[in-house]
Amino acid sequence: MKMNTNTLKLIKYQLRDVMRSRWVLFYLAFFILITDALFRFGGSGDRVILSLMNVVLLVIPLVSIMLGTMYLYNSREYTELMLSQPVKRIQMFAALFSGLVLPLAATVSVGIALPFIWNGVLLSHIGALGYLLATAVALTIIFSALAFAIGLLTEDKIKGLGLAVVLWLFFAVIYDGLILLVIYMFSHYPLQQPVLIMSMLNPLDLARIALLIQFEASTLMGFTGAVFQRFFGSMSGQIAIVLVMVAWISIPLGWGARRFIRKDF
Amino acid sequence: MKKSIKKILLLVVLLLVVAVSLAASPYGEREIRVDGSIAAAVEQASPGDILIIPEGVYRESGITLKTNRITLRGEPGAVIDGEGNGHILIIKADSVHIEGLTVRNTGLSHVRDYSAIRLEGAAHFRVNNNRLENNMFGIYVSRSAQGEVTGNRIAGGGARESNSGNGVHIFDSQKVKVSENHISLHRDGIYLEFATSVEITQNVAIDNMRYGLHYMFSRDSVYSGNEFRRNNAGVAVMYSRDVVMNDNIFADNLGPASYGILMKEISGSEVAGNRFENNTIALYSEGSSRVRIENNSFKQNGWAVKIWANSTDNVFSGNAFIDNTFDVATNSRQHYNTFAGNYWSNYDGYDLAGDGIGDVPHRPVRLYSIIVERNPVSLILHRSLFIDVLDLAERVMPALTPETLVDEKPLMKSPLP
Repeated sequence: MKMNTNTLKLIKYQLRDVMRSRWVLFYLAFFILITDALFRFGGSGDRVILSLMNVVLLVIPLVSIMLGTMYLYNSREYTELMLSQPVKRIQMFAALFSGLVLPLAATVSVGIALPFIWNGVLLSHIGALGYLLATAVALTIIFSALAFAIGLLTEDKIKGLGLAVVLWLFFAVIYDGLILLVIYMFSHYPLQQPVLIMSMLNPLDLARIALLIQFEASTLMGFTGAVFQRFFGSMSGQIAIVLVMVAWISIPLGWGARRFIRKDF
Repeated sequence: MKKSIKKILLLVVLLLVVAVSLAASPYGEREIRVDGSIAAAVEQASPGDILIIPEGVYRESGITLKTNRITLRGEPGAVIDGEGNGHILIIKADSVHIEGLTVRNTGLSHVRDYSAIRLEGAAHFRVNNNRLENNMFGIYVSRSAQGEVTGNRIAGGGARESNSGNGVHIFDSQKVKVSENHISLHRDGIYLEFATSVEITQNVAIDNMRYGLHYMFSRDSVYSGNEFRRNNAGVAVMYSRDVVMNDNIFADNLGPASYGILMKEISGSEVAGNRFENNTIALYSEGSSRVRIENNSFKQNGWAVKIWANSTDNVFSGNAFIDNTFDVATNSRQHYNTFAGNYWSNYDGYDLAGDGIGDVPHRPVRLYSIIVERNPVSLILHRSLFIDVLDLAERVMPALTPETLVDEKPLMKSPLP
């Protein structure tokens, strides 16, 4: 019981701290502006969701991993201070992580959902929007967890930030380049299964495919697309997506927590 | 005085009788109410007769009409039920008119084409406002000419493709008008083979197992204002020439081998004013030449245009390509068609001259579409940032995409509403 109240108290403090800094507001304004602009230029809710898909896949991982890394370095002194109090390390770690992820996820959800409300299409698109937001939140958590892993890997701020950029670049660009390379090198072999597994191992690819299946079926209905569609569109496919995402959250976070607990501050 | 009144009365009565009989059957037609068997009534009918079929279910099949100038008119609720035995109505005479009937349950066969209404060697026929339900073939027109098939509601049994027939089947016939029919759950909605001068207008073909419209070895035909939706493979036009395809709607034809229009070996034709929405492949062209593709709108399709390099001298102009995954895909760097004055929603050039035409030519073939063509598995990378980077690099310095496939005058605004 005491542990929970401690954690909650810490989270509360963290949230107040985050709210006082302006980046959350900027992030919120960014999503409201871009969603509303898409409504103004594009029109229908379906098209807005399709365009938002690109924004979600591009912006959220980048912002989460950069902000997360910086946030961890910036709260170093505060962490040291707190740890000199009767606070368990795991509590502190949980509070730090929640203090980052909660405002980020809330900001994204509210920022995207608000324009849907005032354009009056929230209820008619609640399913698709829910799916998009769930993916956005999952990406936020995954890339925040990766940010924590980086922040705890190296003490050097510049090195950490550099590593964050490289990691994002790897998941967003380089990994797909590798997949394409494999596709070309082994083009004489049946590749659907291996490529499917490869793309499932990258959280960004996984989120992209999960959204594609929902929102752009016409392209994927081609012959090969149908194979992917059948797998990811099925119940077991959806479960696999969730499992891989959970793994991508728990592995870096677990590693980070272990390191945080043993770290010599 | 009394006598003259009688005379006048008689005259009036006579006149009345003549008038009534004239009104009832102009030009000497008789109206006969069918009582019992339609086959028997048809057997006894003489030219010019109108057979009225009252409400009721007539369990008959193989009714053969051989007398010219007969009208079969069903009153509301008149149903001919074939009970799964062979053909139901066979017409082998000229100037026959069939309307208002419900015809259902033909036989099913792998060898014979059982049909609800079959026209063989008939001229000047009219088949209007009938309901055809659960038949193998709906209306089968064979070696006939100058007829019309309008306002029918044709729904198949939705069986497997192999033992299901076409909604409207036209074989070796000339000058047939097919309009305002609603056709669903058949193999092909409308099928034409060796037909000339056929007009297909205002029909709706939905949920058919193969093509909404299937067109083989036919020429000088028009299909316009039709709607083809959710058919397994869309519309196929093959080995035909001088076909006019205008103002149709092709939508939701989704599947591994699904098209809005599949054009194979078509020449000298016109595709204009059509709307393609949410199809896997909107327009597919293989070996076609001299086809003008104008003022169509391609919206949210997987592939808007897939054109093989053996297609030549086709002209694309005034079309709007909006939010398609791939606007144009092809299989070679050689290209002999013209793209000019189209609107592309992903055009990123500018218009300094302010004349509504972009100053920078647009290359509609993405590098990614070529990658997908060679290795379909790479479809899994769709919308990846890496692919966007590749596309951008290719657009700056084309190395793999066809050099000549360029729209020199891309429009800044969509020409279509």
